[in-house]
Amino acid sequence: MGPSAPRSESHQRQLSASPVVVLDAADIQRALTRIAHEILERNRGSDDVVLLGIPTRGVALARRVAAIMGGVEGTDVPFGSIDITMYRDDLRMRPARTLEPTEVPARGIDDAIVVLVDDVLFSGRTVRAALDALGDIGRPRAVQLATLVDRGHRELPIRADFVGKNLPTSLVERVEVNLLEYDERDAVFIASAATAGASPASPASPAEGAIR
Amino acid sequence: MKRHLLSSADLSRADALQVLDTAEELRTLANRPIKKLPTLRGRTVVNLFFEDSTRTRISFEAAAKRLSADVINFSAKGSSVSKGESLKDTALTLEAMGADAVVIRHGSSGAPHRLATSGWVRSSVVNAGDGTHEHPTQALLDAFTLRRHLGDLDGRRVTIVGDVLHSRVARSNAWLLSTLGADVTLVAPPTLLPVGVENWPVQSSYDLDSALDKCDAVMMLRVQRERMNAAFFPSAREYSRRYGLDGRRFARLPEHAIVMHPGPMNRGMEIAADVADSARSVIVEQVTNGVAVRMAVLYLLLSGQPGESERDVAPTTRESELSGLAGAAR
Repeated sequence: MGPSAPRSESHQRQLSASPVVVLDAADIQRALTRIAHEILERNRGSDDVVLLGIPTRGVALARRVAAIMGGVEGTDVPFGSIDITMYRDDLRMRPARTLEPTEVPARGIDDAIVVLVDDVLFSGRTVRAALDALGDIGRPRAVQLATLVDRGHRELPIRADFVGKNLPTSLVERVEVNLLEYDERDAVFIASAATAGASPASPASPAEGAIR
Repeated sequence: MKRHLLSSADLSRADALQVLDTAEELRTLANRPIKKLPTLRGRTVVNLFFEDSTRTRISFEAAAKRLSADVINFSAKGSSVSKGESLKDTALTLEAMGADAVVIRHGSSGAPHRLATSGWVRSSVVNAGDGTHEHPTQALLDAFTLRRHLGDLDGRRVTIVGDVLHSRVARSNAWLLSTLGADVTLVAPPTLLPVGVENWPVQSSYDLDSALDKCDAVMMLRVQRERMNAAFFPSAREYSRRYGLDGRRFARLPEHAIVMHPGPMNRGMEIAADVADSARSVIVEQVTNGVAVRMAVLYLLLSGQPGESERDVAPTTRESELSGLAGAAR
């Protein structure tokens, strides 16, 4: 949540070819613990709070945050997953994707405070799709957004309520989140275009200037 | 997945599993208050039915509507086809109306293939039953139903009984279930087994009783009188005696085995009424699953068609676009 990193840092990242680890396992744990406490503080406890992760890695993050919140409050915090594939706005432009499970806790989401959990907040289009998907499942009292990494470059008027780390990036960089549930380790790293392989030749905008 | 679904013999194991896995997620939609997804908003699906159908047509219609597609129903009766319009002219009309997918049922085997490869239409073609050839979405929903009850189909024994000769359902199931690793046995009177069945990836038998003991599922087929222009068996009663699933045979099935029927049923002919209504009969569930499976098929065929986006066209997309055009030109 701190101020943007100095521009020179992200410049260096671009020049180096190998991925740079920006959050290690302990950092991720600390960030999730802080997010869990912030959610409890904002909502004055965990009553009516339902955490819904956006597949794939958001689901694991939702489970972890729910466990931390449950430990603090001494209750079970319901969590689940919400697949947004069928609500994406780019379905016609890409090959069909495999659907992920949508699992809503038994209490449902009517009148709940739903906290959407995702790993990386980027354009905001995923969250837009998730909001549409939520509307078809029920009518929450409020929807909040938690994300492990906010990398900027929003294309929609969407912001996160709870952020693990603000990470200024350029559009040609790639942010990757590894979690033990799916990968070998817990880590967030940035890969530059060179290591990311053939990246789409998107006109790399006046990137740095666009970072808020 | 390919651009058309014409035959279940075309489906690779990966393709088939993708359809089934997708359908598994889509089936949960039936339990939600709002049973609709915005996925195919603004796309048009035409149901082109040259042959009578109840469940397949309404199943495709429900599937398309739940994905928010616009549906145009076309049945040969009451259309210009009864005035003598050809398949080609009907197809050109549909093309002019901008159909994204054409679901076709036709009395002639191969009509969907003709539609897909003639270059008359640019849309995706889904075979909803052609003559005595194939009915791939029925096989997919049967595989889906089997998988929900039996788990992985590898090594499972499925017995398909009845009028195999005229059954596109049997043909499609034989290919698809074998692709998925199941052991399929076809049981029918010698007159109702097709020529060349020994080249299919299945076993065949004339004796129902010997095939029942070890099977995990038994699928009864309708005796298709409308396609029978000769005497294939002496009498309905004799057929029913030798190849009908009655209470006695039902009792001999293993505990976990399920009973299937693609419908419409002739109760008392190939299946006894109390067997059709028993707890181990999944015939009604097959219909429910049909909607989810057809949603999966429409979603997979219609989303992400190559060549629609001029933005970010990756080289691979271009290649498949070209091969798609080459396919259409054949």
